[in-house]
Amino acid sequence: MSLPAVKLTDVYKSFGKSRIINRVNLEINTGERHAVIGPNGAGKSTLFNLISGFYPVSSGRIELKGREITNLSSHQINRRGLSRSFQVTNIFPKMSVFENIRCALLWTTGYRYSFWHLCGRLKRLNEKAEELLEKISMTERRHVPAGLLAYAEQRALEIGVTIAGDADVILLDEPTAGMSRSETERAVSLIREVTESKTLIMVEHDMSVVFDLADRISVLVYGEIITTDSPDNIRNNTRVQEAYLGKESA
Amino acid sequence: MLEYIFFSTINSLLYGMLLFMLSSGLTLIFSMMGILNFAHASFFMLGAYFAYQISQFVGFWPGLVIAPLLVGVLGALVERYGLRSVHKHGHVAELLFTVGLAYLIEEIVMLIWGRNAVPYQIPNILDFALVNILGTDLSAYRVFMLVVSIGMFIFLFLVLTRSRIGLIIQAALTHPDGVSTLGHNVPGVFMLVFGGGSALAGLAGVIGGNYLITEPSMAAHLGPIVFVVIVVGGMGSLTGAFIASLLLGAIQTFAVGVQVSLSDLLALFGLTPEPSGLLKDFLRIQISHTGPILPYLFMVLMLIFRPKGLMGKRET
Amino acid sequence: MKKKDKKGFFMWSKHGLWIAAMLIVIILPFFFRSGFSRSMLSQIGIAIIFALSYNMLLGQAGLLSFGHAVFYGLGGFFTIHILNTVSNGVITIPLELLPLAGGFGAVIVGLVFGWLSTERAGTPFALISLGIGELIAASSLMFPSFFGGEQGISGDRMTVFALTGIRFGKQITIYYLIAFWAFLSIVLMYLLTQTPLGRLANAVRDNPERASFIGYNPHWVRTLQYALAAFFAGIAGGLFAVNYEIVTAETVGFIPSGNVLMMTYIGGVGHFFGPILGAVLVTFMQLSLANMTHAWLIYFGLLFIGMVIWAPSGIAGIIMLHEPVWKAKLMKRLIPSYALAVFPALILFLGTVMFIEISYHLSLSVDPTAPMHLFGIHFRAQSLFPWGITVFLILIGFGLLQRAIKRVRQSWGEVNLIMKKESS
Ligand SMILES: Nc1ncnc2c1ncn2[C@@H]1O[C@H](COP(=O)(O)OP(=O)(O)OP(=O)(O)O)[C@@H](O)[C@H]1O
Ligand SMILES: [Mg+2]
Repeated sequence: MSLPAVKLTDVYKSFGKSRIINRVNLEINTGERHAVIGPNGAGKSTLFNLISGFYPVSSGRIELKGREITNLSSHQINRRGLSRSFQVTNIFPKMSVFENIRCALLWTTGYRYSFWHLCGRLKRLNEKAEELLEKISMTERRHVPAGLLAYAEQRALEIGVTIAGDADVILLDEPTAGMSRSETERAVSLIREVTESKTLIMVEHDMSVVFDLADRISVLVYGEIITTDSPDNIRNNTRVQEAYLGKESA
Repeated sequence: MLEYIFFSTINSLLYGMLLFMLSSGLTLIFSMMGILNFAHASFFMLGAYFAYQISQFVGFWPGLVIAPLLVGVLGALVERYGLRSVHKHGHVAELLFTVGLAYLIEEIVMLIWGRNAVPYQIPNILDFALVNILGTDLSAYRVFMLVVSIGMFIFLFLVLTRSRIGLIIQAALTHPDGVSTLGHNVPGVFMLVFGGGSALAGLAGVIGGNYLITEPSMAAHLGPIVFVVIVVGGMGSLTGAFIASLLLGAIQTFAVGVQVSLSDLLALFGLTPEPSGLLKDFLRIQISHTGPILPYLFMVLMLIFRPKGLMGKRET
Repeated sequence: MKKKDKKGFFMWSKHGLWIAAMLIVIILPFFFRSGFSRSMLSQIGIAIIFALSYNMLLGQAGLLSFGHAVFYGLGGFFTIHILNTVSNGVITIPLELLPLAGGFGAVIVGLVFGWLSTERAGTPFALISLGIGELIAASSLMFPSFFGGEQGISGDRMTVFALTGIRFGKQITIYYLIAFWAFLSIVLMYLLTQTPLGRLANAVRDNPERASFIGYNPHWVRTLQYALAAFFAGIAGGLFAVNYEIVTAETVGFIPSGNVLMMTYIGGVGHFFGPILGAVLVTFMQLSLANMTHAWLIYFGLLFIGMVIWAPSGIAGIIMLHEPVWKAKLMKRLIPSYALAVFPALILFLGTVMFIEISYHLSLSVDPTAPMHLFGIHFRAQSLFPWGITVFLILIGFGLLQRAIKRVRQSWGEVNLIMKKESS
């Protein structure tokens, strides 16, 4: 079997005295779509923040495609092929939609810190940006400053910015939260499309989205992973129902 | 030698306490409101000038009370009608407002009191040698300064630990975002802190103005040093500001007396290199001349290697 | 077809602006013939480069620096030292290229200081820049062999050969040299905003977190931007050295650092051309007001504070605010209310000027009892009458201005409403 895309070994995280992530062990297989679910405040976003290098771990080890990335900075982890979105939309609000996408493309297109290229003249870069705009159906809104977009549009742009760098491991934190039914459907098909042949890890509260997309599901409760299994087994798992699903229906 | 050490200690203590009177207010303002107040030392200067003016009419002692109060009111007004209206434009605008204010206050002071120093003098009643130690006189005024600054220190300590408003301020120091959720009148607290901080600076001006020199450039001289104090002391920590004030007072006072350069040191080991250009300059620098740069070196290194400062609870 | 025309016109208007600017720069000295005004034009050219380089930090990267003159001054010193080395025949560099010595010297220092100070933006950066500025300024007296002690370092540009064969003796020749470098620097700095680094500087300014999740190290982006800003500041300093043939320790100090900050801010940090306006206005004010009144620093301070309070986006911001109105052809709706506001503003201005001038005369002039004259009128500053007029003017002006501002707001409201309707 090939190396896991992401592997966490005995990961702990505390803020001050409160332990938020409590000995998490997790292996995400390459190419799978993995969902992390759990009640509010369970530590799902924190887990993402650890994997993506936003916070240092308190202890433990994180590997990306077989190489250790524990406590590397976020840009280093990103350059190794991991990209993430945020639960609270996190884009460049003053830049236009097009600029947002183009900036997100710059590093992997190889322009890096260049101050001798003019962005407007870089044909390949601009074509790629156009393609991506098309993909997230925002060609029409290209000139609008990102901060002025409607909520669902911002979320779509956030996904666009996240996948632009062509990372092969994608972390999405509640990509459909706050969306209407139809918006959610569109978002799900977008996610399905853009993560084709990539590894996806997502946090999601909407169970229909989870069961629709995920190959495997991990359940995080009070900072601990209580189980990782296929969607069907999760649905029938009594512990999960008690800890999470039951609470929802109650 | 002993005499030098003794009087340097007294001087550095005095200077340190003056710095603390300035920095305690500044650090409160900075940590609560996030504003790096460039005009803080200007309030110090105003304190000195007000006290001078008042002493012309009714003598030193009423000025000791009235001048700081005036400065405090002025500070509160600046907060209420200046800073608060700039607040919506963001931190940079707030900061630049204080920069402009410092600039303007200096100009206005020159306009009113002239470009040269004013003869703001030590009150006669305190102008005598209290004791003679090791052959040198210790003036009563210095002791008085020490008493006032220690008194202020105790007063501040009591206010912060015993009064209601003090507790709110303390809470705000550690959790600046949390205060508003407690439902307190945040703008009111800010105005009070700004006014109070300014009044403390004014008091420092009253008792320091005649010890130092009361002139229009006194704010510009002292201003940056006070920033050094709050950075070194650490965000939100009055204890830190206290320690840093004394430390900086000591560094600056003691450095002045040391007439040693690197080449003197090397000569001790029998080395007498004769370089030219920059290296020569470098070897010839005397410790006493480094007084002005040491604080800044200290601050820059602190910010780079220990952004929390000595006692800070959060990063600057 | 129609679309293409439009684009063609757009392209012309874009380059047309540059061409027009170039023409103005070339013909300007023919209108300003006095030595004073030509040397002022030269100073303005230098100030423009300096202010634009400052805005690479403040406007484009969100870095508020209190020590940018470090690079301006060091650039000057590097240039004057190289100039002297060239004079001594050790090396040969034509005079026209000497400012580059300032630029390259500054860039090296900029990389070091940039790396040390830009790990975090915001207040820590501002404080470090203040500290570095004070450090360099204070140490300038300790290294007399580089900074020249009290009297600075001087040189003689006439001893250096010129590539163009021009003898750089007269101010006008130096003006054109400065104009050339200023124009080149403006174009380059403008182009820099369009490069990946320039875009990322904006990105890091607005959201460093996100920038690091698209592969960029914010610290490094800031460092490079800082070093490039230092480069242009160094060029400005180099031109200063060539222009005055003397550089003193004051050029690295707090005064030019504060000055460039004020210029840039007054001009407007949000638009590329803002600092140009600021540099022109402030340099002009500094030189001409200083001739007219001793109290000019107060006016300058008042202008700065006024801008911070009422127009934080600077002159450029005010201009650009009207761009959509202009395009929608609605300016005629604003102008009446503006015209109405001019009158009380003038009264208030007059009152303030009188107030300041009379106070100044009373407290700082050699002989306060001597009659003073203002706007061609002679009077004694001690008498109550001028004070009365002053207070009257200020009160009336202030009151009327409040009402005029209300009118301006009203017409803006109308204009916005119309524009909203049209766009939807
Ligand atoms: N930087 C931080 N400092 C202190 N506590 C934190 C920090 N970040 C998160 N926490 C705490 O960690 C806990 C878990 O937060 P986290 O955001 O990971 O939850 P979550 O599972 O994503 O919840 P939700 O479903 O609401 O998004 C919360 O109690 C939160 O208060
Ligand atoms: Mg979350």
